[in-house]
Amino acid sequence: MSELFRRYGSGLTYTAIALTAFWLLVLVIFPYAGLFEQSFRPYLPVTEINGPNDHYYIDNYLKLFSNSQDMTFGIGSLDVTIPIPIHLWVFFITIVYSSLATLIVFAICYPIAYCLAKVLKPSLLPTYLLLLVIPLWVSELMRSFSWYIILSLKGPLTIVLQTLGIITDPIHWTWGMNGYSGIMVGLVYTYILFMLFPMYNAMTSLDSNQIEAAEDLGAGIFRKHWRVILPHCKPGIASGCVTVFMLSASSLLVPNLLASPKSRWFTEVIQQWMFETHDWNAGAAYAFILLFTCTLFVTVMMRVFKVGFADIAK
Amino acid sequence: MTAGVELADVTMDFAKYRAVDNVSVKVNPGEFFSFLGPSGCGKTTILRMVSGFIEPTQGKVLIGDQDMKGIGPNKRPTAMIFQNLALFPLMTVWENISFGLEVRGVDKATRRKRAEELLNLVELPGVGERFASQLSGGQRQRVAIARALAVEPQVMLLDEPLSALDLKLRQHMRAELRAIQKRTNVTFIYITHDQGEALAMSDRVAVMSRGQIQQVDVPQKIYNTPANGFVASFVGENNKYSGQLTSIAKGQGKFKTDVGEFAVTLGEGVNQDSKCRLYVRPEHVDFSAKPKAGENAIPVTVESVSFEGNFATVHMRDKQGHKLAAEVRNDPLNPPPQAGTSTNITFDQDKALALLDSEAVAYEEKD
Repeated sequence: MSELFRRYGSGLTYTAIALTAFWLLVLVIFPYAGLFEQSFRPYLPVTEINGPNDHYYIDNYLKLFSNSQDMTFGIGSLDVTIPIPIHLWVFFITIVYSSLATLIVFAICYPIAYCLAKVLKPSLLPTYLLLLVIPLWVSELMRSFSWYIILSLKGPLTIVLQTLGIITDPIHWTWGMNGYSGIMVGLVYTYILFMLFPMYNAMTSLDSNQIEAAEDLGAGIFRKHWRVILPHCKPGIASGCVTVFMLSASSLLVPNLLASPKSRWFTEVIQQWMFETHDWNAGAAYAFILLFTCTLFVTVMMRVFKVGFADIAK
Repeated sequence: MTAGVELADVTMDFAKYRAVDNVSVKVNPGEFFSFLGPSGCGKTTILRMVSGFIEPTQGKVLIGDQDMKGIGPNKRPTAMIFQNLALFPLMTVWENISFGLEVRGVDKATRRKRAEELLNLVELPGVGERFASQLSGGQRQRVAIARALAVEPQVMLLDEPLSALDLKLRQHMRAELRAIQKRTNVTFIYITHDQGEALAMSDRVAVMSRGQIQQVDVPQKIYNTPANGFVASFVGENNKYSGQLTSIAKGQGKFKTDVGEFAVTLGEGVNQDSKCRLYVRPEHVDFSAKPKAGENAIPVTVESVSFEGNFATVHMRDKQGHKLAAEVRNDPLNPPPQAGTSTNITFDQDKALALLDSEAVAYEEKD
């Protein structure tokens, strides 16, 4: 701190501190705190707020466990029917498919990042990186809409494949994977760069001699990656995975646009509470459930893969 | 098991320049062989071609009489020690050493045991559970050697592995490397720009410049009878004079310079019309107030004397202003001439070499 004063003088330092404090308090902490407080209060008409019926309780959170629906699962030849609260189920599905999207993004990014960092000629790198970044300049809405068009029943993809004679009848592209294929495509496409760049950074920081040493000692392509490159890139991968997972689970636009009749996403439930039922209190409770559970999930996964938070910040 | 290495008419072209230019050399099985040369001379490229990281543009690399074309680095019977060692930082020392065995599917208990044996071989027992970052520079060096030996290579390739160490440790590791090589009888190919290292450790040395081999011989021959001007200037110090040969007979001749004519010994391939120079090593220069008639002598003025312990270097200029140096053994009863004195230097005919100007004069011109 004294170093800051010495370097930039008190004027600049106080301004910087004030701006940071403003951002943190006014734009982050106060709104969240307000929403958090509301999530423990009942949904009341405006006239009754702060009246005798207004009190603190946790019913908003318990709503997640209401509204049970019978769900049937086939386990082998056996069909098991369990009543499951519908919102809880949507929440679970959101976590599962967000994890799946993260996995797919990882599988696509790893070879690309490796090629960018270690295989391609450095002279071509700026061009490739630019080509990769340009799609990020287009708004998320536009990108999702373009996929909506591409994947539509009689859209370009169908037409191209029909012209090539690969398919005859139009296909519901968004109906695959239990109705989540469109959402998967959208999430992967939208958030892929959030994985690619941390991974690429991690790979470039790996000394190429290490890879050569592994090869020289006889390692084949799999072991080379598994024992030397992957462990080195773990912090970058973790950082990318956390970002992609969090963004996927909290995405509203993509699950909305690229939905199928069968797909539901937890953010849509929150949106319904807030903008259809106008019950901001329940909506806030659901939003915090999403936030806390995702954070918990990420923390657990990081434990499992033995990555520290400090590694990610690097 | 040990194997020889042969490079047959090997050329390596990169996009903009030729790194290795038609090199042929044979390294014998069990030999400690060094490539010595200034940076950019192509020695590292040669090492990378032997290890398999790059394929030569032309020519063949043979290991134990087998053509290595198309065989990747992970399939060659070589092990490399990198300049920065390239130990795996996320593995313990013993995992590092046994990585090559892990690749070969050896079970963990055997690997652990073998790693400890190798740690004993390089005199570093008991550090198996540590990480490389917890070791000193010299210890890391030994771990790298153990890791390379673990795969029982037929040829060991060393890319200036001692350059990061301080002087004392470097000298110690020289002897150590040499001893390990003798103990294991593996062929060592050693890359260095440090002539002291090359001369002290090697059975034979190849001196390289601009992608070409200038001379291949035992260290004594490299130093005492350099093949050309480049080798004479790069390996050790030399006083040199431009001029031309006036007469030659039976490997000897007269060499005329702007400070007189001298009786010289002719180097490899020198004849009447050769473009050559006269080379005299500083330690072969004597002082004489009154030189005998017919003796090789040059009148000089002493500029400075630097005392370096076991010897002193006397810096002088002749009448034409050429710089000269003489190395004199430390002898308190017979001190070297003081700065400012005018005297003569003398040198024997068999120590005055007329050597071909090699094409690789870049190094000479620098100083």
